[in-house]
Amino acid sequence: MARSSKKAPFVEEKLMARIERMNETGDKRMLKTWSRASTIYPEMVGHTIAVHDGRKHVPIYVTESMVGHKLGEFALTRTYRGHGGGKEKRSRR
Amino acid sequence: MARIAGVTLPREKRVEIGLTYVYGIGRSTSNRILSAVGVSPDTYVKDLTEDEEIRLRGFIEDNVVVEGDLRRERGQNIKRLMEIGCYRGIRHRRGLPVRGQRTKTNARVRKGHKPTVGVKKKAK
Repeated sequence: MARSSKKAPFVEEKLMARIERMNETGDKRMLKTWSRASTIYPEMVGHTIAVHDGRKHVPIYVTESMVGHKLGEFALTRTYRGHGGGKEKRSRR
Repeated sequence: MARIAGVTLPREKRVEIGLTYVYGIGRSTSNRILSAVGVSPDTYVKDLTEDEEIRLRGFIEDNVVVEGDLRRERGQNIKRLMEIGCYRGIRHRRGLPVRGQRTKTNARVRKGHKPTVGVKKKAK
């Protein structure tokens, strides 16, 4: 079932508070967050948010068309480099 | 000859079915259109009066997104997903299932025909 619209889309409160503070002061620092489940709000457009992928924080520059998606959709959690490939060793990023 | 949105409807079928030959109109949309316009779904396409045809065409033009427009809209939605680099977009780019289906087996619709792998048995 979808979330009640009365509650408005989910965002981690701390994250939103940090964004709002940055919007007031107008600075654009990178924000690290683990909150992949947070919805991208219009207020976040223009910020760079580093979203945790389980191993590291992936920087994501938020654009207007990303609004409404979740942060986690942009930081992939799987590394798949294809099968086989013979002798050429593949290195981890 | 009933032409709607650039598609010629089959003459020997009931309008309810005939309308579904238009891209973007299925059975339920078809019925919705027909009741809105006030045409019985049981009339055959060949028996449509001139007036009914015009009303059908007008209603579809104004209220239903069909054919080219619909295809374009769908294409743009997918393009948007691909451009913002989200998970669903990446699945579209790679030609893999988008909605979390398994890919260990199946997923043949998205991946295309199965490449044959394996050793052939020796003929005795």
